[in-house]
Amino acid sequence: MSDAHHDHGHDDGASHSTLKGYLTGFVLAVVLTAIPFWLVMGKVFDKSSTTAIVILALAAVQIVVHMVYFLHMNAKSEGGWTMLALIFTLVLVVITLSGSLWVMYHLNHNMMPASMHDMRKMP
Amino acid sequence: MFDHLDLKTLTFGRLTWDAIPLHEPILLGTFIAVALGGFALLAAMTYYRVWGTLWRDWITSIDHKKIGIMYIVLGLVMLLRGFSDAIMMRAQQAIAFGGEAGFLPPHHYDQIFTAHGVIMIFFVAMPLVTGLMNFVVPLQIGARDVSFPFLNNFSFWMTTFGAGLTMASLFVGEFARTGWLAYPPLSGIAFSPDVGVDYYIWSLQIAGVGTLLSGVNLIATIVKMRAPGMTLMKMPIFTWTALCTNVLIVAAFPVLTAVLALLSLDRYVGTNFFTNDLGGNAMMYVNLIWIWGHPEVYILILPAFGIFSEVVSTFCGKRLFGYASMVYATVVITILSYLVWLHHFFTMGSGASVNSFFGITTMIISIPTGAKIFNWLFTMYRGRIRFELPMMWTVGFMVIFVIGGMTGVLLAVPPADFVLHNSLFLIAHFHNVIIGGVLFGMLAGITYWFPKAFGYKLDPFWGHCSFWFWVVGFFFAFMPLYVLGLMGVTRRLSHFDDPSLQIWFQIAAFGAGLIALGILSFIIQLVVSFMRRESLRDTTGDPWNGRTLEWSTASPPPAYNFAFTPIVHDNDAWYDMKANQYARPQDGFIAIHMPKNTAAGFVIAALSAACGFAIIWHMWLPAIVGFAALLVAIIVHTFNYQRDFHIPADEVVRVEGDRTRLLAAGHV
Amino acid sequence: MSELAATAVAAGAAPVPRYYLREAHHPENGTLLGFWLYLMSDCLVFACLFAAYGVLGRSYAAGPSGADLFDLPLVAVNTSLLLLSSITYGFAMLEMQRARQGAVLAWLAVTGLLGAGFISLELYEFVHLIHEGAGPQRSAFLSSFFTLVGTHGLHVSFGIVWLVTLMVQVGKHGLIAENKRRLMCLSMFWHFLDVVWIGVFTFVYLMGALP
Repeated sequence: MSDAHHDHGHDDGASHSTLKGYLTGFVLAVVLTAIPFWLVMGKVFDKSSTTAIVILALAAVQIVVHMVYFLHMNAKSEGGWTMLALIFTLVLVVITLSGSLWVMYHLNHNMMPASMHDMRKMP
Repeated sequence: MFDHLDLKTLTFGRLTWDAIPLHEPILLGTFIAVALGGFALLAAMTYYRVWGTLWRDWITSIDHKKIGIMYIVLGLVMLLRGFSDAIMMRAQQAIAFGGEAGFLPPHHYDQIFTAHGVIMIFFVAMPLVTGLMNFVVPLQIGARDVSFPFLNNFSFWMTTFGAGLTMASLFVGEFARTGWLAYPPLSGIAFSPDVGVDYYIWSLQIAGVGTLLSGVNLIATIVKMRAPGMTLMKMPIFTWTALCTNVLIVAAFPVLTAVLALLSLDRYVGTNFFTNDLGGNAMMYVNLIWIWGHPEVYILILPAFGIFSEVVSTFCGKRLFGYASMVYATVVITILSYLVWLHHFFTMGSGASVNSFFGITTMIISIPTGAKIFNWLFTMYRGRIRFELPMMWTVGFMVIFVIGGMTGVLLAVPPADFVLHNSLFLIAHFHNVIIGGVLFGMLAGITYWFPKAFGYKLDPFWGHCSFWFWVVGFFFAFMPLYVLGLMGVTRRLSHFDDPSLQIWFQIAAFGAGLIALGILSFIIQLVVSFMRRESLRDTTGDPWNGRTLEWSTASPPPAYNFAFTPIVHDNDAWYDMKANQYARPQDGFIAIHMPKNTAAGFVIAALSAACGFAIIWHMWLPAIVGFAALLVAIIVHTFNYQRDFHIPADEVVRVEGDRTRLLAAGHV
Repeated sequence: MSELAATAVAAGAAPVPRYYLREAHHPENGTLLGFWLYLMSDCLVFACLFAAYGVLGRSYAAGPSGADLFDLPLVAVNTSLLLLSSITYGFAMLEMQRARQGAVLAWLAVTGLLGAGFISLELYEFVHLIHEGAGPQRSAFLSSFFTLVGTHGLHVSFGIVWLVTLMVQVGKHGLIAENKRRLMCLSMFWHFLDVVWIGVFTFVYLMGALP
């Protein structure tokens, strides 16, 4: 139901956007994007796994930057429900991703052995 | 691919007159019966001139009470369809031994068990649950409606049109033959090229959108629209379970949407998510669908637990024992329900480490449920128990559900599950918990809140008949299945060779017959109650001496629910008010701000269904046009800024005055 | 217990009723929370698509791999367009706070154009891949690639349609409360899509291009 005659605006403690906030977020995001692209395109590390871990970590940091500076994520908005919903969703995303990878890895490994050698090792 | 790009193919796709199954006697008979019955209904509606009222007061209504009632009507109607599938299966399995092939060839039988599962879960259980939550929650929290009334109407019509698409598959084309979860590769384009799986996909995608939005709606409602003073820990327990259920809905249904989308890409575009070759992996479907599927069953049972809590508390005349632990148990179940999904496919080879993890989590999740049972028992202990119908359904639940829960813990042990997976033992287990838990919960809830919705109680005699037929029928129908499962009989079979099994199936068929009488008794109960409504009338609004705010309103409540928003001080707010000589205000009424009815929800949902039908039959031109029309309808709707109005103060005065007179007359 | 105005008293020196509010009660508007909840559900849709990509993303079926196909400079340009569009939407929101309707519309238009640029480049990339025989039907890897990236692109496209609609509505009714709520919802949507893109360019393109 809409509040036609009131403009409660920021009755829920949502942060005001500021130019400084957006520009800070933007600069951080640009840096956090440029580094991974450079690491991969420039083949900076020898091992792929090192590169992978570093760029994933940088991605996680950039997501937090977006959340804070662009989405104004804070623990007070909507009485804390926004943060709670985000945390719950993140937990489920982690369960879905890691659970699926773990389960499917085991299924594939057990049910589609790669060679006769692997087959002989089956119970 | 593009050689047949003529207008006829673009318009009609693969839809031809052959799609109507005139050669199947059962379907032809059903079609004739439905056509005659439908025509009679439409004629009666025209004769009694109800079309205008139907459109203005129900179809376009954004009132949560009306929408809740419509959901329940949908659920009950679809129960009849889903149950007729069950009766056919029981009959077939009771007779099809050795040389006797029965009356259902596998091609038909497979559609029946698929439709039975899809309809019972998506179009009976979900609508009943959603309907009760919709009707009750705003009243319990002292609100006038949900946060997004238009979205509520839209959600209802999406669910209904999804059901409509499934029903359409009876008469135009056929339904899926894959089981209710449609595993690939069987459900892929190579092995099910016909329309059945497409009907399945689009019915569920359309209904799924409705359900997801309804989840968002109810969470926002509970978070934002509680009456002043109603903190979270002062909410009625049914509202708590509704909150957790809707969190599960918002968290689980996107997974279903994504998986079905991937399956439809495999079918329509030729991608390789779940195919046998080119890198596809069918087990990924099974994995993802159960990540949805397990939370889904908790979506069904948590509201039932909430209903039982309300009923036990009311009919024992006591505050619910252990309110806080009930809340924590519900929240724990909500979170844990995401950690058990693999127990649905222990046998698929994930190995000991994975299986033991999920076996353990499955056993852990039974603990909070057990805690709830104890809390209900402790509430009953030393209470003044009144065995009204809702309480009887509740006690029935306690006995039957606990048995089902125990067989669930048995199945949670992976080595045991290796023997029992996909046997009739599994079928018996889940029917045990769904009938004992969900269905009895819905019947308890319907019986409990019926007087609030319609102003008169349900006839007790026919209610008792229904109850006993259901309880006794359940035992006869499903206990034999436990025995058969332990003997090794597999699910979804339409014919058997071992004659020693037949007696068990015959007993089960007898049980199904008793359940049929239970359903018939329920229908009679509805009719008789309507006819006897004056003698069953509830004039006070509080026929059961209830404890929560919905019982403070009239039966049925006015459109605006509460003339003045209540202020809450304690749990069981209405009980608190009665204990403190609360006197209902009789003057000072002001105008009330309400949302307007709208046809937009119905129109957008109808266009979605039309688009879905077109996609199913590969009618690409109508599909594209339909989709474009859908987008336009949505955008046009967003240009409507005049969505509310005020009920004038004198109208409120009149309505409240009528209630004052009714209450006074009742006291004479 | 207190009978303190449990009873209704005639207007005048009326004590405050204990169990009900005499004044009109306006419950808090749930639109922003509701939209955020919807976004969380959308997050889970993407999580499933990422999971599918995670499981199937190395199933090349003897066909081309990410290293063979991905044009990282193009992806870098696309990423910049999307990130820029996030900041221009941010500018639109700043102007909204200052109630400057014309400036809001201008920044929205720039955002829309940047988004359209993103989509065009992505379509170009897809057409190019299909021409090379690396379409979504070629392998499970390509199926999951096209679906994940394509779903993100579909969301951006719907966002552009929504943006244009909102521009018309703001032009017509001005920066009323309802329109400001809608602009805030679109803002959340737009930034959320940029967050998903971080996942896409990292997990799909950059990691896919690694040996």
